[in-house]
Amino acid sequence: MRSWRACAAASCRGPTPTGKGWTELNHNGVVGPSGPKLLSARFGRTDGHRLAVYEKEGGYQALRRVLGGMQPAEVQAVVKESGLRGRGGAGFPTGTKWGFVPQAAEQVYFFVNADESEPGTFKDRFLLDYDPHQTIEGTIISCFAVRASLGFIYIRGEFGWLIDRVQKAVDECYAAGYLGKNILGSGYNLDLIVHKGAGAYICGEETGLINSVEGRKGQPSIKPPFPAVSGFLKKPTIVNNVESVASVPWIIMNGAAAYRAFGTEKSPGTKLFSVSGPVKRPGVYEIPLGMPFRTFFNDVLGGMADGEELKAVIVGGSSVPVLPADEIMNCNLDYESLGSAGTMLGSGGMIIIPKRCDMVELIQVLMHFYWDESCGQCTPCREGTGWLHRLVKKLRRGEGTPEDLERIEHVCSGMAGLTICPLSDAAVMPMRSFLAKFRGEFEALIQDQTPVAAESRWPRGEQE
Amino acid sequence: MTKPMQELPMDGTPGFALSPGALARIDALAARYPTKASALMPCLWVIMDELGWVPPGGVDLMVEKLDVTHARVNEVLTFYTMFRDTPQAKHTLQVCHNISCHIMGARPLIRHLEERLGVKLGGRTADGQFQIEGAECLGACGMGPCLQLGTHLYENVTPAKADALLESLRRGVVPRADTDREGVD
Ligand SMILES: Cc1cc2nc3c(=O)[nH]c(=O)nc-3n(C[C@H](O)[C@H](O)[C@H](O)COP(=O)(O)O)c2cc1C
Ligand code: SF4
Ligand code: FES
Repeated sequence: MRSWRACAAASCRGPTPTGKGWTELNHNGVVGPSGPKLLSARFGRTDGHRLAVYEKEGGYQALRRVLGGMQPAEVQAVVKESGLRGRGGAGFPTGTKWGFVPQAAEQVYFFVNADESEPGTFKDRFLLDYDPHQTIEGTIISCFAVRASLGFIYIRGEFGWLIDRVQKAVDECYAAGYLGKNILGSGYNLDLIVHKGAGAYICGEETGLINSVEGRKGQPSIKPPFPAVSGFLKKPTIVNNVESVASVPWIIMNGAAAYRAFGTEKSPGTKLFSVSGPVKRPGVYEIPLGMPFRTFFNDVLGGMADGEELKAVIVGGSSVPVLPADEIMNCNLDYESLGSAGTMLGSGGMIIIPKRCDMVELIQVLMHFYWDESCGQCTPCREGTGWLHRLVKKLRRGEGTPEDLERIEHVCSGMAGLTICPLSDAAVMPMRSFLAKFRGEFEALIQDQTPVAAESRWPRGEQE
Repeated sequence: MTKPMQELPMDGTPGFALSPGALARIDALAARYPTKASALMPCLWVIMDELGWVPPGGVDLMVEKLDVTHARVNEVLTFYTMFRDTPQAKHTLQVCHNISCHIMGARPLIRHLEERLGVKLGGRTADGQFQIEGAECLGACGMGPCLQLGTHLYENVTPAKADALLESLRRGVVPRADTDREGVD
């Protein structure tokens, strides 16, 4: 196993202009010369987070337009027409969700979900880091659309450095009159609080997030009632992902039809993909939905890093089913194509798995994660995640039997769809797909009965 | 949400005091949030930022300021990985060991750090200087393996980079984080 990438040096750091219809960057901020930049126009720059820069480039014009005479219902209608689907994982249409807030509601709350804890996903971080004002402008417009007077941006606690940056941007907004009382003289009042999480994946689930801000454990609640009807402090509450909200100003300025010009019928617009693993150019990319995976992989990512071969891809964050290389190569990057291939677009957190990786080892890593992050409320999830983790470890100790594979299936069927929130399913989907698509590797461990070297058996440093 | 193995607090309840600035921030947060209880997490962060952990006196303070029960505060304090109810090492290195970082070499990095510091993952050096912990994804998956030290995130961490980090910390200097772009600006 190649332990160390050569510091990702040349592959990750140099400018790689493509001019082929997508925006690309990596951490050091390389942006391609052309391609849709609805979300990533200021990515990779050192000044894009400043209010003055954002304003100079057209920022807060959408807000001015909205507050200059649009009604909340009109804003909702434009977003609905655009077909924007939630970018947090489930892909639910954003405008439709806003419409669930009861008309008569007196107090509405709005939450921007920047918990971003799904392994493989790091796109919202780029949005907030390079261009916090875009998300804030989108938040103010979204709050107006659902008539909220208090909004929160819930940022995972691990992003301490990012929280400072977003707080600064929010402060700039208050000073400029984009937040607070009587915004831009429109009579609309909005407060926006940056709320810092404290390290719990489950707080990304919308009801977990709401409970967390109420000052409780971030445990999800049973739905219905849905938050849009009864959420934070039992009042109507909308929770949207950062990328969903950040897409709103562009849609307002350019219209629903212009947005629909990108993407496909059922997956309109552009989407950020965060790509990790040994490809030539890992990073965050904005592409129109519907791009063939093959094009994305070969032309945008530059294919595998030297000496690596593609084995499989988890396309939408660690919770979605894995696809072997030959299957993903025939997919397009949109909700419908990936759905019919048996996986999901999810959060767009694309994890590239090379040939050298042992799939049983990787699923152990993931099962440890879900077991660790289960909030413990539901028996199938609390017990099931631990059970799956132990079964996989048993296989790797060389003590597995063919019955264990049946047992894995059995435990999975006792977990899927039977719990308060989808974390249980989020564990089952990778587990089942790893076993279905790479069964040979599981069976080989059982036949072999040779324990994997103790050192590699505990990939996480964990002890038995 | 793994909490590292930790020693229990020392005998007796340690003294508890917050600076006037921190107390003022707590009052301001309690007033700003729609209910006092909803300010619990940010108020715990105020204590964490000042002391590095939340001692029993901090729990009492929350009960007093936010009209919540001891049970509620303790429940929240123990649910979240980043809140700590025991004193911490001077430097806690949190190494991501989730899938993307694992693929890119988190395990060799952890082994390297374990050897350098002479402690296992979850352990603390005898002098109380260093602690290494596993972390479940730090949102730097494309730049893995990565590790976090307080609000400092280090990306593409090679053993050499990890050595340089330890060396620098021993000299009392926290190296610039990879996410710190202010200097460039
Ligand atoms: C276990 C779990 C973790 C989640 N984590 C996140 C997250 O980190 N960020 C996010 O935006 N949505 C996350 N979601 C999805 C949210 O529950 C919710 O659907 C989303 O924030 C809605 O926003 P959208 O409609 O804009 O996509 C998670 C869901 C589950 C079940
Ligand atoms: S499914 Fe798991 S994480 Fe979700 S509420 Fe139940 S126990 Fe908690
Ligand atoms: S997997 Fe390591 S930062 Fe996400």
